[in-house]
Amino acid sequence: MAETATQPSRSRDLDKLLLRPGNLVEPTFEPGPGLRDDLKEYVKVLVVGAGGLGCELLKDLALSGFRELEVIDMDRIEVSNLNRQFLFRVEDVGKPKAEVAAKRVMERVSGVNIVPHFARIEDKELEFYSNFSIIALGLDSIEARSYINAVACSFLEYDADDNPLEETIKPMVDGGTEGFKGHARVIKPGITPCFECTIWLFPPQVKFPLCTLAETPRTAAHCIEYAHLIKWDEVHSGKTFDPDDPEHMKWVYNEAVKRAELFGIPGVTYSLTQGVVKNIIPAIASTNAIISAACALETLKIASGCSKTLSNYLTYNGAQGLHTKVTEFVRERDCLVCGPGILVELDTSVTLEKFIGLLEEHPKLHLSKASITHRGKSLYMQAPPVLEEMTRSNLSLPLFELMGKISKDIVHATGTTIKNDKKTSSLIKLRVAFKGVDGVTDMDTAGGA
Amino acid sequence: MAEPKTKYDRQLRIWGDQGQAALEKASICLLNCGPTGSETLKNLVLGGIGSITVIDGSKVELGDLGNNFMVDESSVGQSKAKCVCAFLQELNDAVKAKFIEEYPEALIETNPSFFSQFTLVVATQLVEDSMVKLDRICREANVMLVFARSYGLTGLVRISVKEHTVIESKPDHFLDDLRLNNPWPELRRLAETTDLQVSDPISHKHIPYVIILVKMADEWAKSHGGNLPSTREEKKEFKDLLKARMIALDEDNYKEAIDASFKVFAPRGISSDLQQVINDGCAEVDSSSLDFWIMVAALKEFLAKEGGGEAPLEGSIPDMTSSTEHYVNLQNIYFAKADADFLAIEQRVRNILKKIGRDPNSISKAIIKSFCKNARKLKICRYRLVEEEFNSPILSELQKYLTDEDYSVAVGFYILLRAVDRFAANYNSFPGQFNGAMDEDISRLKITAVGLLGDLGCNGSTLTEDLINEMCRFGAAELHAVAALIGGIASQEVIKLITRQFVPMPGTFIFNGIDHKSQLLLL
Repeated sequence: MAETATQPSRSRDLDKLLLRPGNLVEPTFEPGPGLRDDLKEYVKVLVVGAGGLGCELLKDLALSGFRELEVIDMDRIEVSNLNRQFLFRVEDVGKPKAEVAAKRVMERVSGVNIVPHFARIEDKELEFYSNFSIIALGLDSIEARSYINAVACSFLEYDADDNPLEETIKPMVDGGTEGFKGHARVIKPGITPCFECTIWLFPPQVKFPLCTLAETPRTAAHCIEYAHLIKWDEVHSGKTFDPDDPEHMKWVYNEAVKRAELFGIPGVTYSLTQGVVKNIIPAIASTNAIISAACALETLKIASGCSKTLSNYLTYNGAQGLHTKVTEFVRERDCLVCGPGILVELDTSVTLEKFIGLLEEHPKLHLSKASITHRGKSLYMQAPPVLEEMTRSNLSLPLFELMGKISKDIVHATGTTIKNDKKTSSLIKLRVAFKGVDGVTDMDTAGGA
Repeated sequence: MAEPKTKYDRQLRIWGDQGQAALEKASICLLNCGPTGSETLKNLVLGGIGSITVIDGSKVELGDLGNNFMVDESSVGQSKAKCVCAFLQELNDAVKAKFIEEYPEALIETNPSFFSQFTLVVATQLVEDSMVKLDRICREANVMLVFARSYGLTGLVRISVKEHTVIESKPDHFLDDLRLNNPWPELRRLAETTDLQVSDPISHKHIPYVIILVKMADEWAKSHGGNLPSTREEKKEFKDLLKARMIALDEDNYKEAIDASFKVFAPRGISSDLQQVINDGCAEVDSSSLDFWIMVAALKEFLAKEGGGEAPLEGSIPDMTSSTEHYVNLQNIYFAKADADFLAIEQRVRNILKKIGRDPNSISKAIIKSFCKNARKLKICRYRLVEEEFNSPILSELQKYLTDEDYSVAVGFYILLRAVDRFAANYNSFPGQFNGAMDEDISRLKITAVGLLGDLGCNGSTLTEDLINEMCRFGAAELHAVAALIGGIASQEVIKLITRQFVPMPGTFIFNGIDHKSQLLLL
């Protein structure tokens, strides 16, 4: 060999990328041992979801130079996870995913610290999320993505010219898979489109019309949905259907079989019944591995600048040959989530209670039961009862005073909105400006709506 | 032990019991168990592959702990193959896992017959010379081979199999087989006996669009000398006729009919893809022909005889606005025709088998049925020997890639991945593998790459300085995230090859980890 071998080091391979200068890198890239140490010490990454993507992400990040990781997931391990969620074993079934995943990775990769959170993402304070440098999403639902996206975008601030302030940008990487297909994307709020800017990429799930189910069933799925959505309520007055209860599922299956026989429709099986009722998305290890690896690689690039960042949406399809494509989506100028925020102009006399009422009536918002936060401080919390009681006295005070008598500032409101006939938790960023203070013009107010 | 049906539920929904059975019968050999190889096997072990044999001669070093999840602190100094194998076994006790502590290069040189016992070999991190030798061995022994390599922010995956035929290619969007442009007598009769002008509005809007279109096409043909609409004006006129038959605005069945009217205008007969399969030399069968080609030969006869130019009917119909009764009737008619076509093909298969001196029942009914159902979607994948590709790539393609902006980085990496092997053969290490001498390595790699391009017949082509610099910066590093991605792709291709479902990738996949503009190169 031409050279003496370098000192044995755990970061033998990663060092090539982090310690050496490169030409195809981000302008921020500063190679050297300092960068490697900074990744270890100062870059905190949150992994949202400890499922098929989350397990892979934790492993990939732990082996990509990151030491400070946290993971949040509300689910417990099920047998059907074991074909891909490689951190779990048969004996782990029933345990919280986040806890087992964190433990397994820490056992194998020494020096890595992973804090698990067995919790719903909505149950964490905004401040929890603000602690992370990057948020990596391994989720399977649109609602959860939408929520985390809003959280990350809520930290974003704009200067007077509506340019995003660099230090307030909370980058996200997001992955998703279905069968042999998947996507990986990088979201830098304020710079690249946020999840909400391109929400059309996720068309809502098609539902069968109730009259088809009730009157003209044609497919096995129609028979199953009839049993699930119509017959169940007819027979079990008041008892809610629980898809995780095998007795309930069995009942739906039997009813679907009866209906299919009545109409001469083939194809009702127990497996199909589960698939239709639970809307099961087929999932395999290989696709999750590919998509998570792409997300982890992008996380490393965002944190270190060691190569160019994906701009900004990668699709992968391995079903017919192999197709990958990078698309550069553009931001929605008026995005309610990552834009500069909805302007609400108020009189200085408006109380917090009145303000909460205005949010419910606001034509663009329709936000009910809002909790209000200003600069990390809770002004009013709807729940839990202890906090509600503590903040209740604020309701009668003018918002202007509660916000420290400044002319304008960002306020966050969390509450519920109705989307596609479904109640959803929403987090909305508002630019509150007070009329008659510091030259704010007295124009049309949001309160008038 | 977990109930396999439940454990594998999410994948059974993709490849079914038959696909799973194929995986459980397969035996896989892995060469080199760095992160690329380990991650490839991990994905296969989780899915319940039959057996794995891990081959690696090296001992675990400290540096391996930084890129391979399957080794840990306690593994340092031990056989890497042994440690990786033990971890993989922990993932799934249904898999038979074993290891051999030996360098793959040595096995390739000294014991080529070793590889013939496997269904498929996954060869990772091999240099060109070993790739070429192993490829010849596997081709000879009829063993499927998948190469995978991670190198800094690039890498490759390449399948090498003489011929891979697929019946269940399972395309996502494929035109349903309704035969609206060429209905058979029973379908036509059903349409004739259905009254489109029924006065009850509920009945009117529950006549399935298939019947509406068959009937309207028939009426059209009668008044147009037996022809279907073909010009743009005629097509528009046909749609207007459909629209005129609506008696209310909310008649979804008529809306569906208008949207589907192109199926009436579509040309009859088989696609050019299927025509190519029929014309393939292998369709001239003899006693050594594969079952697949015997069925193709039967299909060819069928097309000329009973089929009248059409492939056997698939037999299933999509959901559409309809009363249950109409829909079930329609389903039965499609099913009956598909069954009749199947019987005709089956008869031909049995006759051909007899003629070539084989047991007429050696191909099962179930397989012939599946063949008929998927006849329009048959796929054949063939791969050149890597030696042929390396010595004489398809020059026109190579030159196109070199000048195409979308391909320039990927083809640059393709050339450089080969150049680093030449470099290593000359200088005993990869460019930039060790610190120091970086500038010298860069200029040496550049000369090597230019020389290689010249050998391939691309004199005058160059690669960008930036890319050559990057390749030296990579210094043969095997980064975990890149290895996990390359391993993920390799395992997915293995699954497609073994289940014989879906379509494996053609050519060489070149990963571009800089901006993810990866490409498939067909050389």
